[in-house]
Amino acid sequence: MKPKTYAYLTGGALTGAANGLFGGGGGMIAVPFLERAAHFPARRAHATAIAVILPASIISGVVYLAFGLVPWGVLLPCAVGVAAGGFLGAKLLARIPAKIVTAIFAAFMLAAGLRMIF
Amino acid sequence: MSFLIFLLCGFLGGLLGGMGMGGGTVLIPLLTVACGVSQSAAQGVNLISFLPMSLIALGVHAENGLLQKEGLLPLILPAIAFSLLFAVLAAFLPEEALSKGFGLFLTVLSFFQFASAFRKKENAGYAKCTKNIPKI
Repeated sequence: MKPKTYAYLTGGALTGAANGLFGGGGGMIAVPFLERAAHFPARRAHATAIAVILPASIISGVVYLAFGLVPWGVLLPCAVGVAAGGFLGAKLLARIPAKIVTAIFAAFMLAAGLRMIF
Repeated sequence: MSFLIFLLCGFLGGLLGGMGMGGGTVLIPLLTVACGVSQSAAQGVNLISFLPMSLIALGVHAENGLLQKEGLLPLILPAIAFSLLFAVLAAFLPEEALSKGFGLFLTVLSFFQFASAFRKKENAGYAKCTKNIPKI
């Protein structure tokens, strides 16, 4: 098997595992993985990550639903909100410096992560 | 009232997701820490909420020629298998374990995010650090 194939298999497995276990965060594994291990340029890495995470999320989503873990009263407003926010976010992407957003995002993640641990 | 709050949480998550910043890592903590939703519920909501947006984004990227066949199958097949496996695992784990596990995951990821934020600054030539100035 080619080394790159091993990289794809590993990256796919790790992304899927995060997606199933944590219900998200797969992109933050897939994108760097594709960029570094498979030498994808950034945009192709982002696009491919979505192509991997979409089917994974469908499968894990079905599992969460099957186990009765998903409250419709939360899902419906969130789904609408995400669609609206996503639309605006895609438009804003061109306008706000990525470094600033990344730093703010990282700070938020750290705060939230620590809060959840303790 | 709570409908509006969930709507707002979704909006914020979607906003960052739309900017390519990983919306789930915002939406899940918002729902659990700020709204008191259980960890597994927040995870399930996140997984499903982003599906429509992801589908559209994928279509756009495909049209723009950003997807290539090479590597897709060895990426997607294990991803689906492991996603299934770990989702079932998540269903059986106690909420607190899931919550702390996610918190740890998020904390670790945040360090990588900080690193990438600062690395980009260096590449743009804004670094005040004088150690690694390339010799021209």
